[in-house]
Formats: sequence, structure tokens, C-alpha cells
Amino acid sequence: MKTSLSLNNVTKRFGDVEAVKNISISLHEGEFVALLGASGCGKSTSLRLLAGLEKPSEGQIFLGDKDVTGKSPAERNIALMFQSYALYPHLTVFQNIAIPLRMRQLSAIQRLPGYGLLSSSIRQKHNEISDRVKQMAEMLRLSTLLDRKPGQLSGGQQQRVALARALVRKPSAFLLDEPLSNLDTQLRSETRDEIRSIHKRTNYPFLLVTHDQSDAFSMADNVAVMIDGEIAQFASPKDIFCKPATISVARFIGQHRMNILPAGAAVSLHPAGGQLSLGVRPEELIISTAGTLEATIESLIFHGEETIVNLVGPKQQKLRVVVHSSNELPNTGENVKLSADLNALHAFDADGYRKELTS
Amino acid sequence: MIRRAITDLVLVGPAALAIVIFIFLPAIVVILLAFTDYQFGSSTANWIGVDNFTSLFGSKIGRKALTNTLIYAGIVIPASVGLGLLVAIGLHHLTTSLPKASNILRAIYFLPVSATLVAMAVSWQMLLHPSLGLINNWLSILGIAPQQWLSNRDLVLYTLAVIGIWQSVGYNMVLFLAGLAAIPKTLYDAAEVDGVTGGWSRFWVVTWPMLGPITMFVIIVTAANAFRVFESVAAMTKGGPAFASDTIVYAIYREGFVYFKAGYASAITVIFFIALLLLTALQIALVERKVHYR
Repeated sequence: MKTSLSLNNVTKRFGDVEAVKNISISLHEGEFVALLGASGCGKSTSLRLLAGLEKPSEGQIFLGDKDVTGKSPAERNIALMFQSYALYPHLTVFQNIAIPLRMRQLSAIQRLPGYGLLSSSIRQKHNEISDRVKQMAEMLRLSTLLDRKPGQLSGGQQQRVALARALVRKPSAFLLDEPLSNLDTQLRSETRDEIRSIHKRTNYPFLLVTHDQSDAFSMADNVAVMIDGEIAQFASPKDIFCKPATISVARFIGQHRMNILPAGAAVSLHPAGGQLSLGVRPEELIISTAGTLEATIESLIFHGEETIVNLVGPKQQKLRVVVHSSNELPNTGENVKLSADLNALHAFDADGYRKELTS
Repeated sequence: MIRRAITDLVLVGPAALAIVIFIFLPAIVVILLAFTDYQFGSSTANWIGVDNFTSLFGSKIGRKALTNTLIYAGIVIPASVGLGLLVAIGLHHLTTSLPKASNILRAIYFLPVSATLVAMAVSWQMLLHPSLGLINNWLSILGIAPQQWLSNRDLVLYTLAVIGIWQSVGYNMVLFLAGLAAIPKTLYDAAEVDGVTGGWSRFWVVTWPMLGPITMFVIIVTAANAFRVFESVAAMTKGGPAFASDTIVYAIYREGFVYFKAGYASAITVIFFIALLLLTALQIALVERKVHYR
């Protein structure tokens, strides 16, 4: 696959604060990458560096094999969809979508109203722009809304306008900044499908920045987990979930925070627990009489489909178990035994790196 | 129901009564007086129809006051709004690079707004003094002949206009600064990604349209103040020399409170009132439709 956009050992400092620490990431043609991280981890800064809205303190940015480190977003021809959509409120939907084309294809004088009357070549260009805008509008079901102002549209419609504006000019890469965070649950899943199908159709390299792991996992081919300004793991969604590379990735990924038993206490789950910390997801820790880990139930929280059981294990270690059936729930204060499958165990050495367990 | 109605009346009543007594009734009286030859102190008045209006538009002095006010407003409104915007954009950019200097300059530009113009007029008179004033001194250094700023018939109105601009730029600047601060940063980012490069196109694509509502408000306020110009005229020129700086509000004051021609002064007031009413109507029509992007 051809690399289309990449950061090479890029560092970005704001004053004394290092927002992005020596990261390298590359985006290939036709690839959909998600940059996943908690707020303040540097993922938005990385996106702005890729787009050209920020200049790196160190390192280089490449577009194909060209160094574009000092180039503006327009010169990189990158499309960016903003979290707030950032539509121009005074322009109609048509004009909003047309802006990137008008700015590229027409000079300041040619953009003046009425100029098209003077020159037929400009009229030709205007018609081409208009055709392309209508084509985009067709694709994103905006044809009936072209004369409206953004203020008259719903959130979902505004987002489709933002998508259309970003895609209208055949960009070198398409960056999306938290595209789903302003939408309600139903629109969210529709928009996920929409973005995926646009990616399939256009085959542009896509980079999605999000704090929501289900957005990242469901849309992207590969996910870069960003923690404290560094890329902690870059792998397929399945590998990130099943084989977290470090203890901090293991803690960050998953609907419920992973149980981590420190070395020593972990020995009751697996013999390797003497030297290694062991992690088990709350969904995969099972209450059973055959268990080897003893714990006392502190509280039960009923959530409908699932019940979260909070326990205290050896050495006052807090544990959490998620139970999916509600018929056989234990009681508070009860002593129970816990077990976990060997496949469900994640082992980490003293530096926090993953070690594979052998039975 | 009745109790509710009584409560509502008690709440609304006093303020409504005060408005009727102190604003609506006097307004009606002024409109009626405009058609009479009433003089302050006299016990009778004669109905003379539109004579006051014909003599306002028919007499040289009346027309002079009207045209002077229009010329004054025609200079002050665009210059003060334009300069206010320029200064605001400059200071807005300065806040990121030199925040302290920006704050100090803000205070300096705002000073004329908070100062009393009558007191400031004394300083202006000294600055503009034909033989002792600093301005003529500086001009002579540049080799330009000294001017009689306040007593030259062809110059006095423009001198007053410059003072009017000096006085209102700071206020407009503050309003524009607030407007600039309210423009979302992402809009500039979006513009940059869309290929809007360079300050000039950025201004036309983002800044200017986003300042629409503020600009409209600034124009209306500046216009209302420009048409009401009085203090600088009264303090510095008294409408002279030879009515060269006479303005509508100063004429109302002169006719009504110096010559006690209440009827004639009322007629000027009515014309002035209609003009301001039209201005306000224009504001409502334009501001609500064109600049709020709904």
C-alpha cells in the first residue's frame, strides 16, 4: 500500500508542555485509521499537525514522499471535518459546499459576483463547480436543502453538509475530529454507517480522532491508542482489545475497567502471577465454586442487562465482576470464589509490557 | 381572573402611566406646537398650519442646519465605524503578541468616550487655537500654512467632524472587539483548510460576515449620535461662524431656549423625530433579516 500521509518523529510543545511526544504514524491509501485516546492525550494536536493547522516543534510530515512540514492545509489539500462542523453561518448549504472549490479554482477577482457575465471561461468554471456541488449534495441527500442556511438545519443535516464540504474537492486525506460526539444514539449509528460507506466508495485515506472506543473499533481498520502524547499501541481493533500491548492500554480499553492484580496477589489466578501482574476484564471473571481467587462482595449494582458486582480480594484489592444473568445473584457480604479462563488473562511485566502466558 | 387582572394592572400601571405622562403627552404637545406660533411665556398661540415647516425648509438658515447635519453624519458615520473596526482588528491581534500594550491602547482609545465632551472642548480649543495651538505649530514644522480651524467657514464643520470621530471611535472599537472575540476559532481553521489563505480573503469569508450583527448595531448607534451632534457645537462654535456649523439639535436649542420660539423649535424637533424613526425602522428591517443568518 502506498503511504499517503505520515508523521515522522513529530514532537509538539506548547510552552513547557509536550502535547505530542515523538510520535510516528502513517496513513495509507484506502486505509481507515482511528486515533483513540482520552481527552487531553494529544490526539487533537496530532490531527491539527497532520492537517497543517499547527507546525511541529520537531520532526517531519510527509504527503506521499514530499516533505510538507511547513506547508499550509490548503497546499496539502487535506479535508478536515470539525467536531462543531464549523459551517459558515451566513452562506447557504450550496455556498458552504462550494467554498473549497471556489477558493481553489477562482481568483479573488473572479469570485466577485457578476464576473461570470464577462468571461465565458469563468462561466464554464462556475458551472463545473455547481455540478460538482450538486453531485455531492445528491450523494449525501442534501439536494432539497441547498438554499437553506446552516442555522435552519438539524444536527445530522449540518453534519452531512460538513461531510460534503470536506469531500467536494477530492482531498489527499480526510481527517475527522470527533464526528459523532454531537449526535444522539440513533443518528450516531446511522452516521457511522454513512462514514464507512463513504470511505468504501471514495477510498481516500481516513483518519478518525475520537475518545469513544466503540466508534473507533466499529469504523477503523487500524486503531492507534494514544496515551499521554504517545502512541501506546497501533494495531487492528481486535488485537487492541484481545492483546493490549501495555498495562495502560489494557486499563483504557474496554467498556468496564480491567481488573489488574499486582504481581504476588495474582498468583491465586495463575502461577505466573508471582512475577507478573495479571489483568482480567470484569466480563471474563467468573464467580464459581471451582475458583481459586477468594473475595468478599461489597456491593451489587443492577443495570438491567448486566449487574456490576464490586468485591474486595486478597490484600484489599478492589475487584469488579459483570454478571449477565440476573437469576442467580449472590448477596452482599458473601464470600465467593472467582476464576478466569487462561485465554482471558493478560500478563504484564514490572515495566507494564505485555508478556504471553504459556499454560 | 379579576384578581389576576388587578394584579397585572398594579404591576404594569405605574410605569405605563409615567411613560404616558412624561413621554407620550409631551410628544403630542410638541407635535401640536409645531403647527402654532407659540412663544415661551405667552398665554396664547395661533394655529399657523405648516408655516413653521415651510420656513424651516424655505429659509437659508433652516436648510443650512439640515445640510450641515447630513454632511457631518456623512463623514462621521463611515469614518468612525471604519476606524473603529480597523483599530479593533489591530488590537485583537495584538492581544496574543503583546497583551499589555493592547490593554493600554484600549484604555487610551476609550478615554474620549468616557470623558465629558464639554470639558474636552477646552483642550480642543487650545489645540486648535490659530496662533498658540499645537496643531498649527506642528503643521508649520511640516511647512503647511496655519489654519483657522474653528473660525473658517469652509473648515469649521470638518473640524467638528474630526472631533466627533475622535470621540466615538473608542466606543465602536470596544463593540467590535467584543464581536471579534465571539467569532469561533474553528471557523478560521475551517477557512484555512478550505483554501482561504491570506488575511484579505479570511476577512471577507469569515470576519466580516460574522461581524454583521455587531456592525449593524455600531452603525445605528453611531448614526443616532452623529445626527444628534450638539455638545461640541454648543461648547466650541455656537453654530458659527455665520451658521457654518449650525446643526439640527443646536438649532432646536437656539430657537427654543435662546429665542423662545417654541413653535418653530417644535417643528424642527418633529422633523428630527421622523428622521430618527426611519433610521430605527431601517435597523429593524435590516438587522432582523440580513445579518442574523437564520
